[in-house]
Amino acid sequence: MGALVMSKAITIDGKSVSFIDGQTIMDAALAAGVYIPHLCHNPEFEPHGNCKLCIVSVNGRNMTACTMPAAEDMVVASDTPELDSDRQALVQMLFVEGNHICPACEASGNCQLQAAAYYLKMLSPHFMHFYPPREVDASHPDIFLDLNRCILCELCVRASREVDGKNVFGISGRGIGTHLVVNAASGRLGDTNFAVTDKAAQVCPTGAILIKRQGYKIPIGQRTFDHKKISEVQMEPAKRTEPEHE
Amino acid sequence: MTFALETAAHPENLKRIVIEPVTRVEGHGKVTLLMDEDNRVHQARFHIVEFRGFEKFVQGRPFWEVPVLVQRLCGICPVSHNLAACKAMDMIIGATVPVAADKLRRLMHMGQILQSHALHFFHLSAPDLLFGFDAAVGKRNIAGIVAAYPDIARQGVGLRRYGQEVIRLTSGKRVHGTGVIPGGMNKNLSLDERDYLLKEIDQIIAWSQAAVELIKMIYSERPDFHNGFGFYRSSFMSLVREDGALDLYHGGLRARDEHGQTIFDHVDYTHYWDYIHEEVKSWSYMKFPFIRARGREQGWYRVGPLARINNCDFIPTGLAEAERKIFKEFGGGSATQATLAYHWARMIEMLHAAETIQELLHDPDLQSDDLVSNGERQLRGVGVIEAPRGTLIHHYRINEDEQIVRANLIVSTTHNNQAMNEAVRQVALQYLDGQQLTEGLLNHIEVAIRAFDPCLSCATHAIGKMPLEVELMDAAGTLIQRLIKDSDGQCRA
Ligand code: SF4
Ligand code: FES
Repeated sequence: MGALVMSKAITIDGKSVSFIDGQTIMDAALAAGVYIPHLCHNPEFEPHGNCKLCIVSVNGRNMTACTMPAAEDMVVASDTPELDSDRQALVQMLFVEGNHICPACEASGNCQLQAAAYYLKMLSPHFMHFYPPREVDASHPDIFLDLNRCILCELCVRASREVDGKNVFGISGRGIGTHLVVNAASGRLGDTNFAVTDKAAQVCPTGAILIKRQGYKIPIGQRTFDHKKISEVQMEPAKRTEPEHE
Repeated sequence: MTFALETAAHPENLKRIVIEPVTRVEGHGKVTLLMDEDNRVHQARFHIVEFRGFEKFVQGRPFWEVPVLVQRLCGICPVSHNLAACKAMDMIIGATVPVAADKLRRLMHMGQILQSHALHFFHLSAPDLLFGFDAAVGKRNIAGIVAAYPDIARQGVGLRRYGQEVIRLTSGKRVHGTGVIPGGMNKNLSLDERDYLLKEIDQIIAWSQAAVELIKMIYSERPDFHNGFGFYRSSFMSLVREDGALDLYHGGLRARDEHGQTIFDHVDYTHYWDYIHEEVKSWSYMKFPFIRARGREQGWYRVGPLARINNCDFIPTGLAEAERKIFKEFGGGSATQATLAYHWARMIEMLHAAETIQELLHDPDLQSDDLVSNGERQLRGVGVIEAPRGTLIHHYRINEDEQIVRANLIVSTTHNNQAMNEAVRQVALQYLDGQQLTEGLLNHIEVAIRAFDPCLSCATHAIGKMPLEVELMDAAGTLIQRLIKDSDGQCRA
């Protein structure tokens, strides 16, 4: 029997949270049942730090919890009015940068962007809508890709590369011109080896990657976020990427 | 083509009068009159801008999304668009909708008929009908009805609310529900929901009967006036069931001319374009459909409650059928042509809807779980229903990737376009010709338009309350008379 391993700890909002080396603040928080809002993070994949929703204050400096390794005695603030207001502004920007029309979107009720907006008490988009012209790609027999709703979280990019070993998706462009691309000479999803059973087909937090012909088969009122907050759903990681189709 | 008063021979010397309601998104309607020095009417037109851009907007969208998208077309009868689009999508996925889903959709549709007809009659038309077309403006609204006829007002509210409850429980939401999906339904009606609706249905039928009695009483007090107001003859078109019965959800198209002769019957609506064409006119954004066999000039027709009650051979529910017979007798055994008879026909339909709801609620199929089907993919889908205001056609074409490439919608109000113009002209001739304009006279025009319950959303559903401005100018463009009606219904110069 070896010596007892002294567990290391950080504090989040005054609560002591233990961690093991290699864990990020987000990992430690989720393991301890402490919720930090997030969109582009999914514990099944390498963290990327794209959405910045997981912003926390570490010893007085703002960092993304999903990428910041936990270190002994860190003092982390997350649940503060200032940070929540920053997070709300980030979500509002995501709404106006794309074309997110919830009443006309079949992902409504299953969408993490929408759920995050509710969680952060967002009442209006606040900023001026960009109404960017974005592509839709219906060339794949089982998947409909609607870039109007892409928030560039790169979960599909990571899932395709890390889990499916296919590298179907990528990111191209810079700044406001950043966009999701399909790795095929034609740029069309129908010309890749993407399959509806791929992990990458199940991870999109919004309605950008849709399994065709599902629509409203699951009634409004019986959808993931109809009765649960995003904080509850994201605290049970196994649930979050469950396929919605039979 | 030339219709009397559609285009003045010498417009250059005439005064132009515009009745222009300010409207919300769905549509924008206005009436223009050209009059000479002596206030004689030379031209009368009812113009509508409606659904612009929708047919373009859905291009590229996946077909299964469309039934929900189309509900945004119209805040007034989203259920009708939802159902018509889904019927088109049933065809696209090659589905034969399971019996239970068909009945649930019918139930939802009857809820929509009930609430829409109740709203139109009690809130929008009863003030005109009960107080007179030129009664004091302050009184001629729903508040006036509540004060003078509290029981009638209460029943109107109750009928409407019940219809909305039927919609909520079948579609999953009070507005813009998603219960109807291509191939069927995504939910059934639970026993609790059924019992909740059954509790009140006897009352709803009784109130619907009272509404029919009320319109009959109003009508028979001054039969000549009600028959003569904005009178003209026209053809009628509607869906009928295979056996000729009234069916608001499904059937074949039947058209009869102004003398009651059949133009076509039991036409498969998936080929409607072989029978109906649409003409575009420079002065209106709304197309003018006409029956091909009769040509542009004779081919226009009316749709909606009056067309349906005239066209069907019988109504498959007892109380409404008895009322249909009285209605028919009143018309001397042939089709009733009177513009205001729309109201009467509408109430008979409301009674039919209430009876049908009762019948359906007792059907155990509504609790079935066999709700969706699928089949072989087609590239084209047509869905037609009889919406509260009349025949509603949705037509879509998709590509191999399942995206909409073309959409064509002919909504009830579009079918009635020429007919509403005709009504406006008749009323202008009967009541405005040679007269100094007053609010009461202008309201006569609105009354004629309102009989059709046209869906310009706020332009009609709030017509009595909406700001309305009428200007009379001479040929040189100088303002002679202006009348402004505020949203509280008060008129000022
Ligand atoms: S398509 Fe979906 S999963 Fe992929 S980057 Fe966009 S939002 Fe993220
Ligand atoms: S969750 Fe950390 S940056 Fe998106």
